[in-house]
Amino acid sequence: MRRLRDMTATATSARSDLSELGRSETALRTFLNGLPGVDQVGAEQRAAQLSTRSIKTTAKAQAIDLAIRMVDLTTLEGADTPGKVQALAAKALRPDPADPSCPHVGAVCVYPAMVPHVAEVLRGTGVHLASVATAFPSGQAPLEVKLADTRAAVADGADEIDMVINRGAFLAGRYKEVFDEIVAVKEACGGADAGRQGRPRAHLKVILETGELATYDNVRRASWLAMLAGGDFIKTSTGKVPVAATMPVTLVMLEAVRDFRAATGRQVGVKPAGGIRTSKDAIRYLVMVNETVGADWLDPNWFRFGASSLLNDLLMQRTKLKTGVYSGPDYFTLD
Amino acid sequence: MFEYAPAPESRSVVDIKPSYGLFIDGKFVDPTDGGNFKSVNPATEEVLAEVAEADAEDVDRAVRAARRAYEKVWGPMPGRDRAKYLYRIARIIQERSRELAVLESLDNGKPIKESRDIDIPLVAAYFFYYAGWADKLEHAGFGPDPRPLGVAAQVIPWNFPLMMLSWKIAPALAAGNTVVLKPAETTPLTALLFAEICQQADLPAGVVNIVTGAGDTGRTLVEHPGVDKVAFTGSTEVGRGIARSVAGTRKKLTLELGGKAANIVFDDAPVDQAVEGIVNGIFFNQGHVCCAGSRLLVQESVADVVLESLKRRMAQLRVGDPLDKNTDIGAINSAVQLARIRELSEAGSAEGAERWSPACELPDRGFWFAPTIFTGVTQAHRIAREEIFGPVLSVLTFRTPAEAIEKANNTPFGLSAGIWTEKGSRILWMADRLRAGVVWANTFNKFDPASPFGGYKESGYGREGGRHGLEAYLNV
Amino acid sequence: MSERVAVRKTYKLFIGGKFPRSESGRSYIVQDSNVVLASRKDARDAVVAARAAVQGWAGATAYNRGQILYRVAEMLEGRREQFVALGVPGEEVDAATDRWVWYAGWSDKLSQVYGGANPVAGPYFNLSDPEPTGVVAVVAPERPALLGLVSVIAPAIVTGNTVVVAASPAQPLAAVTLAEVLATSDLPGGVVNILTGRLTDTVPTLAGHMDVNAIDLTGVADAELAKELEVRAAENLKRVLRPAPADHDWTADPGLTRMTSLLETKTVWHPKGV
Repeated sequence: MRRLRDMTATATSARSDLSELGRSETALRTFLNGLPGVDQVGAEQRAAQLSTRSIKTTAKAQAIDLAIRMVDLTTLEGADTPGKVQALAAKALRPDPADPSCPHVGAVCVYPAMVPHVAEVLRGTGVHLASVATAFPSGQAPLEVKLADTRAAVADGADEIDMVINRGAFLAGRYKEVFDEIVAVKEACGGADAGRQGRPRAHLKVILETGELATYDNVRRASWLAMLAGGDFIKTSTGKVPVAATMPVTLVMLEAVRDFRAATGRQVGVKPAGGIRTSKDAIRYLVMVNETVGADWLDPNWFRFGASSLLNDLLMQRTKLKTGVYSGPDYFTLD
Repeated sequence: MFEYAPAPESRSVVDIKPSYGLFIDGKFVDPTDGGNFKSVNPATEEVLAEVAEADAEDVDRAVRAARRAYEKVWGPMPGRDRAKYLYRIARIIQERSRELAVLESLDNGKPIKESRDIDIPLVAAYFFYYAGWADKLEHAGFGPDPRPLGVAAQVIPWNFPLMMLSWKIAPALAAGNTVVLKPAETTPLTALLFAEICQQADLPAGVVNIVTGAGDTGRTLVEHPGVDKVAFTGSTEVGRGIARSVAGTRKKLTLELGGKAANIVFDDAPVDQAVEGIVNGIFFNQGHVCCAGSRLLVQESVADVVLESLKRRMAQLRVGDPLDKNTDIGAINSAVQLARIRELSEAGSAEGAERWSPACELPDRGFWFAPTIFTGVTQAHRIAREEIFGPVLSVLTFRTPAEAIEKANNTPFGLSAGIWTEKGSRILWMADRLRAGVVWANTFNKFDPASPFGGYKESGYGREGGRHGLEAYLNV
Repeated sequence: MSERVAVRKTYKLFIGGKFPRSESGRSYIVQDSNVVLASRKDARDAVVAARAAVQGWAGATAYNRGQILYRVAEMLEGRREQFVALGVPGEEVDAATDRWVWYAGWSDKLSQVYGGANPVAGPYFNLSDPEPTGVVAVVAPERPALLGLVSVIAPAIVTGNTVVVAASPAQPLAAVTLAEVLATSDLPGGVVNILTGRLTDTVPTLAGHMDVNAIDLTGVADAELAKELEVRAAENLKRVLRPAPADHDWTADPGLTRMTSLLETKTVWHPKGV
């Protein structure tokens, strides 16, 4: 906490201090282990409290449209085909064909092999194309393979890359290894300042796989590690392990991006992924964003939901609010 | 921006009568001289009901009814049957919880989310807990055959009206006593609804009697020669008066009085949870909490980062309609209390402390006070010494654990304290030295029927809750 | 050959481990001896000594306190004849000695019997533990002179309180002689302080003293005085033990009440999480 305070107090000089951290294992470890702890019970109670907010009428309508715009509409199945992902892209562009006022989603998220099939559909629409590179979901491949995976996805048109961190290295305390890998993938995405050089530059979302990190202290450390290494977003989960996004995990990550911005001036996005299926869930997350980091993050550029079935529930609730009638799944497309 | 639309809880669930009598010997009866007073909704100043004011004759009737019930029915009744009545009451409270929660918020001004999620569930829990003791008293560690005391006179405050009722009535009845209870004059309505619940449970007449009224009624009750036990929760000043008035009698006395708790935050605290704990410590129930963490002692090395987080968090607090499900801070319970909070806050400014509140719009009608913190407070300031009993936090700093202990204990009160640090051995070292009856480490304002609660020094004596809570109602 | 001239004892107060004279310079006669008439000032001095001793005594380990109380029993056993010479029946001295032994054993057991873990409905460690209340003023009963005195002092100090005892005005010699036992028992100075003289000179001061946490009125036989003292004690909400009934059986098992009435229960909560 003392360290945080110092950083906050002198944000400008702190920026250079933080950039040095990645150079040594010791410096990284000292920094990450010095972050304030998270009391599990307290964090879970805070998340539970936020879940009791009652969001009704106009606020609910506002929240549902915002949530739709934040959806990373995802399919990550071995059985995905060009036809399947193209249908998904079509749905992303126009989630409710019956209602042109319905906003499009934030992004479509697919495996790298599917990127070329979706890129054409989404080009110029404002819907981003995300791809899970780096030997998703385990990340158990040589670094070169992961980087090639990333470069291919970017070359094929992905403008967002969802990478997984090396949890084994993280849990073993080899923070620098994790750090260096994120830096390398970021570079493969086009680098931090690629935009100026006119090359395509993909946003990097760093998946912490919080279900495997076991403690909130680890979630906080991994969040800072990912941000220090240059991640543009921190994301909870692959959706491929039993425990995916939870409210308290996301709370800890939101606190981390809040504190990171206070310390460095750089804003990082947050993406809970997996297990968020209902509008009620999504609205709870938005309440948490609102009351933890505030309006600056209530924007698809800074908060996303990694989800598939969530979209249809949002659409059903949206229709209910507009028409007063409860809808049914038969009235929305299954793609 | 994401603006929450109003989300009011429906008040149609509760049926408030225009007037209420006294609950004596199982029936609602008119007061002898017909006097009454009004109970108002502090959020709107609307009159909710007229309530009878008990005079000495009414109190005497109630005490005699309680005595009869003690001698004829409740005293001789086997513990297992007393238990079943208490279980019944617990169940009815659960079944009628929404109604009780809405009525509590209407009469008291506390946010519905607290009455719904904290107060009423705890009320049921206290009855459930003590119900189970009724047939096990011989195993409670007070000898082979602990006896009840007789008639208990119980006077409770307005901050947790029904919860304080449960803390009083549940152990008294479990131990085999009968009671005459006086609720606070600004919050009598849930106690009167509780009287209806007693009727619904077929609790024998006279076991529970509720006499409404103000200070005079309470004084008459505790001074009545026919009572064997006096239990009071409220201000230290009134408690002192009661202690004097029972001097030289056989009456057993327990007092749960004021506090000025230190909430101590170290540089290695889990800062986000500590900030939640500070907020919960002082803004829970508008700060109308005897164990409120009203003095924040923060280690100097992290004072600025903690205060910055605290202010950011306070800006999220939603002050307003107690019945809105999103309200965090409701109405101040009465004009009198509001005046006291204002007076002490003005003293804080006058004595040189720096006052801060988040921007927050307060309703036009009703009694309201914005969440407030004072920084630059020293031990000498009135706001660091006197109980404000409102949403006002005094912030002090310390440098070493020993200094934290010294400052925390430097008060005539000793009800509660908080410690925030990730270091286990420091928690235990601190907990050993804090002169307070409840120490919350890395948490705050937690209550449970199994957990004894009560103070050191001028915060009172005796414990409520747990096995210890039985002792106050047994002849041991 | 002339008979040896005896060395008479000067009975003094016992404050802070020392035997001072009264600043009042006054005395009264009991059993042909001059006994100090303690003043209000002596009472205040005794409170200061008792307060100064609290931290060390309450902070000592329970094992240590138990050993010291047992040591008191050993010393008392050795001075049996001294009390008999004062007129205390031998059986009473034995009973008083046994009472020290009984209470000595409680030092490291009472927390286990009177405190413990509470099963709260949530992820919390929750423990209630009794602690000494602090400085206790004690009015010793007149009879039995020694057993009654020991029966009010031992339960107060075994848990870590310190005491200022107003000895029975009619039976002060047993009290002052007990002070000699205590002074030779490794009991830290100030844990027990003994005042002799008129109750009305010292006890109202103790009852109204804001740095006294509790008052045991056991030996106050006058109901009006007891009431007045209880009223004074309310000023800082002292814990009050009311006078014992005249027919109280001091030889019976004392039970826990004398100890628990002078304790504060502290309940500590902590979350359980990873």
